[in-house]
Amino acid sequence: MKLLSQETVRRFKQNRNLQVGLFLLAVIVLTSLFGPSLVPYDPEELDFGNPLLAPTLQHPFGTDDLGRDVLARVVAAGQVDMQVVAVCVLLPFLIGSTIGLVSGYFGGWIDRVIMRFVDILWAFPFYVLVISIVGALGPSTTNIYLAFSLVVWISFARIVRGEVLLARRLEYTLAASVLGYSHARIMLRHILPNVITPAIVFMMADVVLTILGVTSLGFLGLGIQPPTPEWGVMIADGRNFIQDGWWISLFPGLAIVLVGLTFTLIGDGLDDLLRPKA
Amino acid sequence: MTEPLLSIHHISKTFPMARNFRDVVTRSPRQTLRALRDVSLTVRPGEVVGVVGESGCGKSTLGRCIAGLETPEHGDMLWQGAPISAGENRRTRARHIQMVFQDPYASLNPRMTLGQTLEEVLRVHGLAGDAARRRERVDELMLMVGLAPALKERLPHTISGGQRQRICIARALAAEPQLIVADEPVSALDASVQAQIINLLEDLRAKLNIALIFIAHDLNVVRHISDRVAVMYLGEIVETAAAEALFTRPLHPYTRGLLAAIPIPDPKRRTSVPSVEGEIPDPLSPPIGCGFSTRCSHVIHPCRVRHPDLHQTGEHGVRCLNPAATRPFADPGSVYPATGNQ
Repeated sequence: MKLLSQETVRRFKQNRNLQVGLFLLAVIVLTSLFGPSLVPYDPEELDFGNPLLAPTLQHPFGTDDLGRDVLARVVAAGQVDMQVVAVCVLLPFLIGSTIGLVSGYFGGWIDRVIMRFVDILWAFPFYVLVISIVGALGPSTTNIYLAFSLVVWISFARIVRGEVLLARRLEYTLAASVLGYSHARIMLRHILPNVITPAIVFMMADVVLTILGVTSLGFLGLGIQPPTPEWGVMIADGRNFIQDGWWISLFPGLAIVLVGLTFTLIGDGLDDLLRPKA
Repeated sequence: MTEPLLSIHHISKTFPMARNFRDVVTRSPRQTLRALRDVSLTVRPGEVVGVVGESGCGKSTLGRCIAGLETPEHGDMLWQGAPISAGENRRTRARHIQMVFQDPYASLNPRMTLGQTLEEVLRVHGLAGDAARRRERVDELMLMVGLAPALKERLPHTISGGQRQRICIARALAAEPQLIVADEPVSALDASVQAQIINLLEDLRAKLNIALIFIAHDLNVVRHISDRVAVMYLGEIVETAAAEALFTRPLHPYTRGLLAAIPIPDPKRRTSVPSVEGEIPDPLSPPIGCGFSTRCSHVIHPCRVRHPDLHQTGEHGVRCLNPAATRPFADPGSVYPATGNQ
């Protein structure tokens, strides 16, 4: 399978959204990987002698009420948040795509049962479900993964199933069936590669939703628990000092905006790049 | 007469229609569309059987039942005398019967190169041994359908419609079938390319002795390629005969109408037989008597109340209570040179 045809390379060169998005993603990933070792402060070390310092060269993002360096905390939180978001997006993507593929391909009662279940979950607002699951099970990373997986897979399942319903009627799928190929082969080799693009594009949008979701949980005290640095927790902590120490909330907030912007650009760019050609 | 390769006995296929909210509330029964009604057909080894009819007459459904994409509810299908049933091994059936589809733009996986598409058939069915032998066989298949083996690295969207249809034929041939169902294989192609594909199918039939069920609405093409022709109307076969007999001595008024509707490339010649007028009746509620009685110019009273059987005289079968056997018929001719008439 040729992934990078000349055509794709040409389209990539014209795709400013994707280029900027990927550049920002590289910045985020490199910062998360190497940032903690470059910033000379421990994100969890308290320094009661230097609380609420405004941004200076020494502390570019200032310090918080407990004297912790905000830059060190934003960078360390980036590592934590990106990890949590990656799992919270990939798990539902895998689960939802698989279920959508099977449901759409086999149809019949399997499809009906799965899709009614999806409809039921769909009826609840996203945050209500996530918050009630995490609230019931207790805030922990595993429970956050669980909550997002249980709730978000339905979006992927719906997207993939709809595409499968179309692809199943296309003549190359019928030909594969007449050629006596196994169901697994038809699904994985002939249908999946041709239906997964919208799910991948949606996955990028889902990263934006999930980063907001995870940090909102942190903000509400249901997400990552202090003292582990986390953007949502940091914003919540900075609320009380917003008049004397605006930098405590501002910089984690900007970090969230940056991640959101990055993945929105990548999502739009991928949509352009992967849209099938006639 | 040789033993038939495929014989179909009285198969029927109905599709349930979706019920809307009003149907459920008023408890009206679920409507069904009878796509095939009591269809019988035999195909002998190496024979080309043409199936013609207007859109919606069930000719594609017939092809899909034969290829195993649909399962008929009633009737039997026999392969060399042994029944093929619904649950039968799809791999075995694939080695007997293959299919070529109408739309060459939709019938190749857009993400696989032409070589991969062909090689996959060989690998799945364990044909042509190891990888090196498979590569050779792929080249051979491409040459067989008149394509340069160098094209095998290409993706489907980089080649023309005619080339795609050739690859589809090669893919069908890769399974070494004895029967190919071609469902309107040339309708989506340009006229010049149509002729090439038709010639290719004829060549392959001559070389490999593959039988062909050729489904089409272009009667000239069907006349050119077929040994026998079945005319379908509203889900049933209304007339079946050897191709020349059908085109020169059509018995069913519908067949006559279809033939009269063929455009004649000679403006001086005119036919006296009126072509078929009006629309196909609603297949959800077909006429009680003969399906064609609503449009037939020779309709007599029994046509509207009694459903005619397929009346067989030798090789020629016709489903009509008032067949046009005695009325004269002027062969409207063909753009292809026909033999032994006029």
